[in-house]
Amino acid sequence: MTQTSDYNFAYLDEQTKRMIRRAILKGLAIPGYQVPFASREMPMPYGWGTGGVQVSAAVLRPEDTFKVIDQGADDTTNAVSIRTFFERTAGIETTTTTGDATVIQTRHRIPEEPLSEGQILVYQVPIPEPLRFLEPRESETRKMHSLEEYGLMHVKLYEDISRHGHIATSYAYPVKVEGRYVMDPSPIPKFDNPKLGDMAAIQLFGAGREQRIYALPPYTNAVSLDFEDHPFEASKADHPCGLCGAEDSYLDEVIIDDDGTRMYVCSDTDYCEGRRAAGFVGAMAQAGDGEILTTQRELEITA
Amino acid sequence: MIELNNVSKTFTLHNQGSAVIEVMTNVSMSVAKGECVALTGASGAGKSTLMRMIYGNYLTQSGEIIIGGTDIVQSEPREVITLRREILGYVSQFLRVVPRVSTLDVVAEPLRAVGVSAEAAQARAEELLAKLNIPQRLWSLSPTTFSGGEQQRVNIARGFAHTYPAMLLDEPTASLDAANREVVLSLIEDAKERGAAIIGIFHDEAARDSVCDREINVARFAQGVAA
Amino acid sequence: MSPLLSVQNITKYYGSHIGCKDVSFDLYPGEVMGIVGESGSGKSTLLNCMAGHLDPDAGEVLFDTRTDGPRDTITMSEPERRMLSRTDWAFVHQHARDGLRMGVSAGGNVGERLMAVGARNYGDIRTKATDWLERVEIDADRVDDRPITFSGGMQQRLQIARNLVTGPRLVFMDEPTGGLDVSVQARLLDLLRGLVRDMGLSAIIVTHDLAVVRLLADRLMVMKDGHVVEAGLTDQVLDDPQHAYSQLLVSSVLQV
Repeated sequence: MTQTSDYNFAYLDEQTKRMIRRAILKGLAIPGYQVPFASREMPMPYGWGTGGVQVSAAVLRPEDTFKVIDQGADDTTNAVSIRTFFERTAGIETTTTTGDATVIQTRHRIPEEPLSEGQILVYQVPIPEPLRFLEPRESETRKMHSLEEYGLMHVKLYEDISRHGHIATSYAYPVKVEGRYVMDPSPIPKFDNPKLGDMAAIQLFGAGREQRIYALPPYTNAVSLDFEDHPFEASKADHPCGLCGAEDSYLDEVIIDDDGTRMYVCSDTDYCEGRRAAGFVGAMAQAGDGEILTTQRELEITA
Repeated sequence: MIELNNVSKTFTLHNQGSAVIEVMTNVSMSVAKGECVALTGASGAGKSTLMRMIYGNYLTQSGEIIIGGTDIVQSEPREVITLRREILGYVSQFLRVVPRVSTLDVVAEPLRAVGVSAEAAQARAEELLAKLNIPQRLWSLSPTTFSGGEQQRVNIARGFAHTYPAMLLDEPTASLDAANREVVLSLIEDAKERGAAIIGIFHDEAARDSVCDREINVARFAQGVAA
Repeated sequence: MSPLLSVQNITKYYGSHIGCKDVSFDLYPGEVMGIVGESGSGKSTLLNCMAGHLDPDAGEVLFDTRTDGPRDTITMSEPERRMLSRTDWAFVHQHARDGLRMGVSAGGNVGERLMAVGARNYGDIRTKATDWLERVEIDADRVDDRPITFSGGMQQRLQIARNLVTGPRLVFMDEPTGGLDVSVQARLLDLLRGLVRDMGLSAIIVTHDLAVVRLLADRLMVMKDGHVVEAGLTDQVLDDPQHAYSQLLVSSVLQV
């Protein structure tokens, strides 16, 4: 008996998948618009990616190859659990290689390697409403979206500059989609914001607890909000990766001993491993001892 | 300049058994440019009431009160306000101002309201305050804390700041010392000379005789006799 | 000269109870009108109907828009009306906290309306916000403080700055001096008077404080049980009231 025969393909029943696909299609038709959907109970708690999982379940086909990353890493608990969940409920191929995957579910990162047409990137979204923290009333934020009243979004950035001297929002940085809807790109670092726009792959955003789906079709324009005299900047730690030496990738800061010694490593593990396999070596890694450091790093992250 | 035709006034006291008091009936009078007319009559005869009717402060039941071509009885509030800003000045016995505004600004305000520049308005205000012997150290303070006599002089300065073509003066010389009384009388003379039509109430007979061209006793209006 | 605002037969019922009935008047540019009456007289209902916060059951509120001339703001589409209320209209609430964002700095509060109409230069927005704080007599160095740290009078002045920064033509005020100390009230009234004159604002002020209307309003409307019982020049209505209720209202004020 295969494990998949115990479940409907990809866990959800076909009616539910149909309902979610409708929401996805509507989201693709109105880029950046939050489509309500009837989020189902999933066998995992809210906050663990229930929105993303439902979207993935609705788009997966038996011939797909699936990849899951959590803050860029393929090997953290959350990523491993979701990957295993779909291995068991859909019987599909899984991979950690970005280029081989047809569907990638992600929490808080966009892979470093540019995605291509035919790929789908599914984001797990905790809070889909970018206006939430300034205007708590859902009825009011909906009206603001429908009437394009986005002055409040700039109030948030204004407050940032007045308090910190620069726009200090470093993740979940709002974007305006095709000159119309202001969208929360989920808590990806603002370093990833430039990749959102004009991407070849389809981007789908699922918020399970909040019951919202939104989407960016391929090659959609998405502009990060800013001021003329304080333009948007995609920032990252000003270091090369300690393991692979990459200077263009988003880095995690890792404390590696009790004296507080730090190192910076690529948050995208597949990208980092790919570079090391190709012979790149960072300042803090001798060829061959990368494995040990990776393990240490996992301990830090999961701790 | 100021013309009253068959003007009548009643007070209805709804909260005192709806008593209707006829105060004036068929008042007709007129004041020409450059003329100063004194209203006389015993206390309570209706001098102030008539003055307030002309100013639009009291509602007139019938007749017409025409000032510079505008009938104040039929006018909309905004027309009355324009009239008061540009044509018709009123110096009452009591100063009523917003707290915290400096004396200089209180006096300059009527000029600012007709579009005079801040500098010119201030210069005129300073000139009048000096003339009326208000010590310079008080100019930047609000007149609300001044003595009665000082408040009255500030009120006069304010009333004469703008050169109104028509003016109503309610006891402008009351409670003033001789020196200041002379200043006020000279201000009235100046106004007459530039052609202002003036109606005044003066209890001070000497003052009345020196500036007024004729007198109208309001007592006869109560019986409906034309002046 | 044509009226800036022309209100025609505004009627609002709460069930079978009359909120306000058949209220009509014209407000001309630069005019300040006071609406007085006791609690429940319908003055706030009327104000909210005019400002688009309440849907009246009948009547028209014609506003002389900059581009299209007089338009009925009640039948106007919601986006248009909301645009109007961010640009040409302002609403000063009795409680500053209803009109301010308490979690946002003073500068952000003033700047919001500018950003809402498309201002995207941080330096310019901040300069304008600081300038307005000074105009309402708040120290420029409080620009980054949240209104929660301000006194009641300062909050009210901040609310006024936030409303006037886009240069509106019509300001609705609901008991703007209510709940403030007398000395603070005087300062606020003086400030409002100056702003109204300097900016040529038209304003409608709802209050039960007759001293406020005497100082601020050119004309006055007295309301009772949802009806306008008397209207006219402010000092005339206060000094020579004609209607029984106006006489009662005026004679009920304690003289100080």
